[in-house]
Parts: sequence; structure tokens; C-alpha cells
Amino acid sequence: MTVKNNNWHLHGFPGGIELPERKERASDSAIETLPLPPLLVLPLRQHNGLPALPVVQEGDCVHRGQLIGRAAEGRSAALHAPADGVVSFIGYHAYPNDSGLTELCIGLCTDEIGSIDEEEMVDDIDLSEEDMRERIAMAGIVGLGGAGFPSADKLTRNPVKWLIINGAECEPYISCDDRLMRERSAAIVNGAQILGRLLRAEKILLAIEDNKPDAIAAMADACFETHIELVVIPARYPSGAQKQLVQNLLGIEVPSGQHSVDIGIVMYNTGTCYAVARAVAHSEPLISRIVTVSGDAIERPGNYEVLIGTPIEYLLQSACVNPNKLRRVILGGPIMGIAINDLAAPVTKLTNCLIGSGPGELDEELSARECIRCGDCVEVCPASLMPQQLYWTIKSEQHARAAALHLGDCIECGACAYVCPSHIPLVHYYRHGKSVLWAADQQRTGANHARARFEAREERLEFQQNARTSAQSARSSVHHYESESVADAASPDAADLTIMPLEPDAAAVAAAGMATETIAKTLKTAAVTGAHNDRMPEVLAAAQRARTKRANAAAHSAPDSAPGSAPTTGTEPDRANIAPYSDKDKT
Amino acid sequence: MSAIIVLVLLGLGAGAVLGYALIRYRVDSNPLIEAVNALLPQTQCGQCGYPGCKPYAQAIATGDAINKCPPGGDDGIKRLALLLGLAPLPLDPTRKPDSGKRVAFIREDECIGCTKCIQACPVDAILGAPKLMHTIIASECTGCDLCVAPCPVDCIDMVAVPREPTDWVWPRPRAIDIIPIRLLD
Amino acid sequence: MNVAISSPHRTLGDRVGPVMRMVVYCTAPGMTALMAFFGWGVMIQVWLAIGTCVIGEALCLSLRGRDPRHEMKDFSAFVTGLLLGLCLPPYAPWWIPLIGGLFAIVVAKQLYGGLGMNLFNPAMAGFIFLIVSFPVAMTAWTLPLGLLSDPPGLLDSITLIFAGETLSGQSLAALRIGIDGFTMATPLDHVRIDVAQGLMISELLDQPTFGAFAGVGWEWVNLAFLLGGGVLLQQKIIGWHIPISVTGGLLGMATIFYIWNPDHYSSPIFHLFSGGTMLGAFFVATDPVSASTTPRGRIYYGLGIGVLVYLIRTFGAYPDAMAFSILLMNLVAPTLDQYTVPRVYGHLPTGKKPP
Repeated sequence: MTVKNNNWHLHGFPGGIELPERKERASDSAIETLPLPPLLVLPLRQHNGLPALPVVQEGDCVHRGQLIGRAAEGRSAALHAPADGVVSFIGYHAYPNDSGLTELCIGLCTDEIGSIDEEEMVDDIDLSEEDMRERIAMAGIVGLGGAGFPSADKLTRNPVKWLIINGAECEPYISCDDRLMRERSAAIVNGAQILGRLLRAEKILLAIEDNKPDAIAAMADACFETHIELVVIPARYPSGAQKQLVQNLLGIEVPSGQHSVDIGIVMYNTGTCYAVARAVAHSEPLISRIVTVSGDAIERPGNYEVLIGTPIEYLLQSACVNPNKLRRVILGGPIMGIAINDLAAPVTKLTNCLIGSGPGELDEELSARECIRCGDCVEVCPASLMPQQLYWTIKSEQHARAAALHLGDCIECGACAYVCPSHIPLVHYYRHGKSVLWAADQQRTGANHARARFEAREERLEFQQNARTSAQSARSSVHHYESESVADAASPDAADLTIMPLEPDAAAVAAAGMATETIAKTLKTAAVTGAHNDRMPEVLAAAQRARTKRANAAAHSAPDSAPGSAPTTGTEPDRANIAPYSDKDKT
Repeated sequence: MSAIIVLVLLGLGAGAVLGYALIRYRVDSNPLIEAVNALLPQTQCGQCGYPGCKPYAQAIATGDAINKCPPGGDDGIKRLALLLGLAPLPLDPTRKPDSGKRVAFIREDECIGCTKCIQACPVDAILGAPKLMHTIIASECTGCDLCVAPCPVDCIDMVAVPREPTDWVWPRPRAIDIIPIRLLD
Repeated sequence: MNVAISSPHRTLGDRVGPVMRMVVYCTAPGMTALMAFFGWGVMIQVWLAIGTCVIGEALCLSLRGRDPRHEMKDFSAFVTGLLLGLCLPPYAPWWIPLIGGLFAIVVAKQLYGGLGMNLFNPAMAGFIFLIVSFPVAMTAWTLPLGLLSDPPGLLDSITLIFAGETLSGQSLAALRIGIDGFTMATPLDHVRIDVAQGLMISELLDQPTFGAFAGVGWEWVNLAFLLGGGVLLQQKIIGWHIPISVTGGLLGMATIFYIWNPDHYSSPIFHLFSGGTMLGAFFVATDPVSASTTPRGRIYYGLGIGVLVYLIRTFGAYPDAMAFSILLMNLVAPTLDQYTVPRVYGHLPTGKKPP
């Protein structure tokens, strides 16, 4: 039964595919909480941005809800312990991603589920907006739809025209948002209202696909007499993708390279709204989420409330996986998910589904044929790209041409690869192309930077060479020459021998009456790293003082130390040389 | 007769156009060197036999082989080949193959403050002063190895930079063949 | 070691073979019509061509180091042979489909890199090679069986094709003499030559080679291919862009000239249902590898074919022009692809400034 929507004019989006939904097995049963796993593995980066910084050490006892990783400077999110226990390790551990590389994780040996010191439920009317923002940030909430953008960072202070709550859930198998909307609709609406208030959004839309009639009914009830408008959209993959949903609902295209936030449209997932509501009302951090477990090899499919950090193996066992039937394990949906090889990898904040597939359920061979240029991929691309041309350019390693064909606008939805009759792994090619372009960009930036530093160094060395030759010529004509400009230019602040000027100041050099090679050598040995700056007069003054000091010492006593070496003796002579200019240094 | 006149006039006309183009569109320096230099990795390590990347670029512009740069790797050779219209060659076997991105690290307990490494670093990535602690600015180090040899107490290690998942590059899809996906054990 | 396997993990799978098989099935109506009107020769030509193409492709693939058994499951060589065979005169000598098939597969397809890499439509390339190299054999069309004085049966067809004469000793040339002593075969041929001699179209249409609205037999053949093509469209095996554009282009050109001078130029209906029009529009021009790939590009491609077919038929030296037009537009297809790339989401059309 599909629900027709009559209130909102939908603009549609190009392309897209109809997919067999396969949601019934898991979506019919209520959300179930799992028993406590013995070990929780908490990656420090479960979001788009910088990893959190650990604030606990191995062996620390932590309790449920305690902060174990604080957000780093910049775009980051906090991490909390989901249960009472002891920190068993902080180290590199398997993490659900395509590369198979490990990430820094905090391991937690759990004792008991524990309880959060829940504050008395606070009505959000009583909290100020800054308080609410702080609670959302402190709770470590990230975009639970899969992108993982730290939610607090998305709470822009600029005026927002549209707040869109994304309840589309367009991929097959996944029904976690569906169940959440059916069972906890009030909290979702509450969260949406909080976000709307913080963003000062002019209008709030809630989009749900028409294949979830119960969820639509529940949310319609909850949205009654609120300012949230419920819009039912036709079930079509990828209607839940951010850019496509914006285009479908509003007829606006997010300009390439920009985010929808830049044009006054903010989107949050329904699960995120729920977490926001819990955080604001109860100061509850994000420590669990709903995960759909489904697939032919799973005997008890359903939606489970899973603690963040639960190992995938534990989740599979809890859902009664049949190991004889199990072929592949996918984290996420079948069209955009990650293939998992190491079952010790944990469930993270971004995990919305776990599929244990049986024989024949998912692709089991990677064989591909030649591209026959049929153009099916062009028909289904929701971004109106030419997947075929991208494929040809990336395959022949013409990555610059692929970039010119707007490879960067590909959302990697997989619709093209789904319909390709030659079974070509198109998304793999685009990801390869994007990675290569990114790596080349990094390399080019690094190379330019290194070249700039190298050229600066060459200039400095050249300047020193010139200084030496002009010093030699000056020496032959002038013996003692004191330059007002050099002496006056000596700056009183101490030490930073480490910064070496690179601007040649030939006048100052000549004026200092460079008498000896020592000066030049001083310059060279004191010349260390640095950015360009104009501390040249200071260093010259220091060198001058060294020269005079040495001359004085020589005049008084034993011969000085080996020429050409550092013009100082003792352990901290350099500091003395850059001491404030004083009269006694004047020759 | 008229044919001769026409041809002569055509020739003069063409010559005038070419001459004008020669003067109006003259390029002063050899842009090829800059273009080649832009493709080199700028580690200034000297493994190509030249004291830096720009000299190697100049050498390439005058005909030297393009396969002498280990940090650039095969990708770099391919890009040079594409630019110059040459056939890509395998990396010169007499050069050590590039061992991945590495940065230098000074064991500070052993450093004697002699500044020899500072003088050797082509990009001024070493912070220090005579008789004061030297340290590598890891973000500026290009991994060229030139500081290791001059150190009289051999206190500099070349440390491999660990690969982060955020640095990982998707490999090319495998060639067309039937690969059964590994079944889980 | 981790082998990175990218999403999507569930796809519609390898469907090139089933798609090509559907194409083969949809030629059945047209092939039946051809056989009904022109005899067993059609089938023999088709099987000879298919056999040559399949064997040629298998040999080439082994030479290239690929696995023929896996690759040939895509049925593409089969389809090439089928289409080539359908285009040949039914009683051409046996070496015609052999040479044509070899050229089509080996030169026009495998030498370019195999499936997906060829610039030209292999069947049409083979056909053109034949028509240019062996013009006599390739223009020896017979009249529909009903109009022949001595129509050949199956055995006659076999011996005619392989040995050059029927069992009763008649040669092809003799066979082609019709009831009334005509030797010109195709209606398009008729039109071209007679109009050049000053006959009016209306007078031509009274001749026995012309049926209700086009040539006898040929009108049914084209209808049958149109039916097959309709099934292909409905099954979404081919897109609508190319067939509609080809027929539209031809229709448009024919209408313009027909309205201008109906005595000199045949009617649009005649053009649409003569020769290889429907076969070409729905089965040959839609070959995805050699056609344009962008939606707008395909429309221009089809229009170009339609226009060229009309021009060559009317003003050119050949009676039927489908093969030449397709090959000419194959040359243009990459350029069309370059300039008809659709506007990508988030980018303004080229030349427009953001508001």
C-alpha cells in the first residue's frame, strides 16, 4: 500500500532506479535491545573530520556515558563510553572501511550496562539556545544517516530557509529509521523542533518514502499541530541522497562544490533528531543506535538497539547467523555498503545496517565484460553525469579529463553499476579516479611547497655568497666601521636564532663594515630554517658583537677558539650574543 | 607567368605572417624546463644525479633520460613521457626504488648540535642552531635522505609515515576475469 | 590481504548475452517474412554468415589470449552474422557471406580491440566491403517468389548458392528473369533507374513489383521488422532515440521532397517500407557500440542517418543506402558525443552566468 501525497509539489530528480526493497523481514518486529557484549571497540573517528583525542588511559575505569574522547580542534566529535567497564587498550584495531586499514580505537572491557547519571528531564523551553547547542556538541552527535557530519558543526548561525528531516531511507533492507519513526515519533519531532529553533529555520519539512505507511501515519500524528510539514515522496533510489532530496522537494540544485548549508538548506536524519532530543532533554550522549540486521543467512532479522562499539561478530551471533549459509557480510545497504572481511570490526555511529547474505543474494563474482556503450548508466545517473565517459577516461588513466567531466560531482550512489549489463564495477573506477586525483593534488601541493622552500633557501645561500664577496671587498678598504643603522636595528628581544632572515639587506651588510669572514660564517651557521622575515639586522648585530667580543678577548688573553667555528664558547654564549644591545659592546 | 607571380605573392604573404608571428609571439625562456620542473616531485634529493629538481629538469629539456627520479616513481615517468611525447621507460635500475613517504627523525639524546644536517637540508626543514638542539619539522620534510650522511653521530633515522585510512587510495579494479569473492570462514 | 571490493554489492548482473538473444528473437518476424517472399536463400545466407562470424570471433579471441567460451556468451558475433546475412541478396554465392563475415569480425571488430571498441558497425562494414568489392554479386537481387517464373526450392537454393546453378541447370541470371521479363529486382532500384529515364512515380507504381504502398514483399518485410523493433522498444532493449530519429529523419526528408514534386520523388511511405529501412532503424543503427552515447547525440545521429539515406537513395549512385549512411554517421558519432554532454547537476549550462 502506498500513500499518495497531495500537499507538496514534488519536482522529481533525473535518473534513479527501482529496487526490490526486501525490508519486510526486518521491519515487522519492534526494536530489540541486545544484551551487553563483553568487549566494546570505540574508534576515535566515527565521523567526518578529525579524530577525537582520548582523555582516558589503559586501565581506567569508566562508566556509561562518561567522556572518553574529546573533540579535536576543528571539525570533530566527542566519544563516550557506552557501558561501565575498564579501558583495555588504546591502539590500532580493525575498523569497518574499504581499505582494511586499522584506526585508533579505545577498547572497553565491559562489566555491566550501568546507567547514565540522567539529569531530570528538562523541557527545552527552559534551556537557552546556547545551552542546547552545547548539549548537542557535548553529546558527540553526528549525522546518523551515514555521512557522519558532526551535528553541532552543522548548526550554522546563518539564517536558514529550510530544515529538511530526512526519513527517506531509500536503500533496500534498511528499516532502522522506519522503526524509529513508528516507535519514537514524539522524540523525533521534538528533536526536529529543537533543531528548527536553533537554526531559526523558516520552514521544516519531513520527507518519508511512500513504502513506509506505518511510519507516515505515526509521524503524521506526531507532527499534528506542529510547524513540521510531512511530505511523502515516491520510493526511488537514491531519493534519500542529500542533493537529490533537495532537488525533489524544492526544485533547487546545490551548486557544485558547495554544501546545501551554503544555500540555506540544512538536512538532518531522523535518527539524528532523536539523538538531539535525548541530548537536550536528558544530557544523554550518543552511545547507542538502531541497526537493521537482515539477510538470508540471518535467522532472527530485525532492528536492534546496539551499543556503539559492539563487534560485528557479536551482532551477527545475537541475530542468529547461520554460518553454513553465510556468504558475505556488508555493513550498510547492498548498494552503498562496505564489504567486511574482519568480523572483529565494531559497529560505529554511522552503521545503519548489517547484512549477512546467503547464497545468491548478493553478487558473488566480480567478472565484468567490456563496455558495450549501451547508455543504461547514463539513463539512471541522478546527477546527470556520463558514467560511461567517466569509465573510459579513468580506465585509460586520463584522470584530468575525468575531472573535467565532473567526476567530483558523482555521489557514488551505485545506480549506474547496478544496471550495467556488462557488470562493470563502475563505482570502483570512480573511486579510483577520485583517489588518484586527490593523491596527485596532495603531491602537487607538497611539491610546490617544497619547491618554494628550496628556492627560498637558494636565495639565502646566494645572498650569503654575495655578502661574503662584498665583505671581502669592503675589508680591503675599511677597517673599523660602525653603523648606526645596524646598532640601532638590534632588537631587544632575545633569542630566536632559529629564525633566519632571507631578505638580503646589502646596505646593512656593507655598512656593518664586515671585516672578517667570521661574519659570513656566523651568518651561515646561524642560518637555520625559516620563513622569510627581516630579522637580518639583529643577526648582523649579533655577529658584530661576537666579532668585537672575540677581538676584545683576544686582546686580553689567550688566543681565541678555532676560526670558522661558532663565534661562541661555553654553553650558552649565543643567548648572550643576542642580548640587548648595550654600550659596552660598542667598539 | 601569372602562376609565378601568384606563387611569389603567396610566398611573400606566408612569410610575412610567419615573421610577424615569430616576433609577436616570441617566448623568451624555454618554457619546457618549467613544465618539466612542475612535474618533478621537488624532494631535491639528488638521486637523479643532479643537485636538485630544477637542474634535472634542465637536463631533461636538453635530452637526458626521464627515468632517473625514484621519488616520482613510475607515475612521474609516465607524466614526463606524456609531456615530452616520449615512450615511458621503466625506472633506471641503478637508482634505488622509492621506499614510500618517509620523514627524518633526530634522536635528540644523541644530537651534538653541529648543524651539519641543517646545512644539508634542501628545504630548510631542520630547526636548530649551533650547540642547540636540532629537530626535524616533520611537515616540511620531503624524505630526501640528504641529512643522514652528514651527521657525525648518525642520530638521524628515516621513519616511514604510517598510512591513514584517510590517505588510502582506491586501487584500480582488477582486470576482467572471474574472481570468486572469498567466502567468510 | 584486503582486496577492496567496492559497492554496489548487488547488481542486475551480466545481461549482455540475454540482451543480444532478445535481439535475435525479435528479428524472427522479419526473417520469416523475408523467407516467405524470397525463399530459402535467406536462411542459407544467414547461417553462413553466422557461422563465419562465430568461428572468426573464436579464432581471434584465442589469438588475443582471451577465453572464447566466456567471451562468446555475449552473442555479439552471432548478432553481427545475423544482421549481415539479412542484408545480403538471398542467392549470392557462398563465398559472399564468408568474406563479408570475416571482414566484419576480424577487421571491423577484433582488429579495433574487440567488443565495445569498434568504431564502425561490423555488419555494415562487412556489407560495404562486399558491395564495393563485388558489385555484381551484391546487386543480384531476385524478385519476390511470386513474381518469378521458376522459383527455386530448398535444394535448388543450396545448389544455386554453392555451385552457381540450380539442379535444373539454371543460373542466377536466368532465375532473375521475372514473369514479365523484368530483371531489375528491388523496388528502390526500379525507382532510381526509371525516374532517371523520365518515368513518373505514378506510372511506376502500376508495375507488378509494387504492392499496396511499397514494393511487393518488401512492404511486409519492413512491417515485420517494425513489429520486431516495437517489441525491442517495449522490452527496453533499445532506447527510442535512434529508431524514432532515423525514421523521423527519413520521413521528414521524403515528405518535403514529395510535397514539392510528387511525380519525381517517391512518397514517404514508400521510403519507410522499402529496402532495409526498418531493419536498419531498429536493429542495425541501434548497435550501441558504434552509435552515439548521449541522449541528444543519439537523436542527431539518427536524424543524420535518415537524411543521408534519403539523399543517397535519391541523388546518389546506390539504390539502398542504409549501410553507407550508418557508416558515415559512425564517423561522426564521437564528435556528437563530445558536444552533446548533458548538463550535470549543480552546474549551469555552458555560457550562462550564475544569478
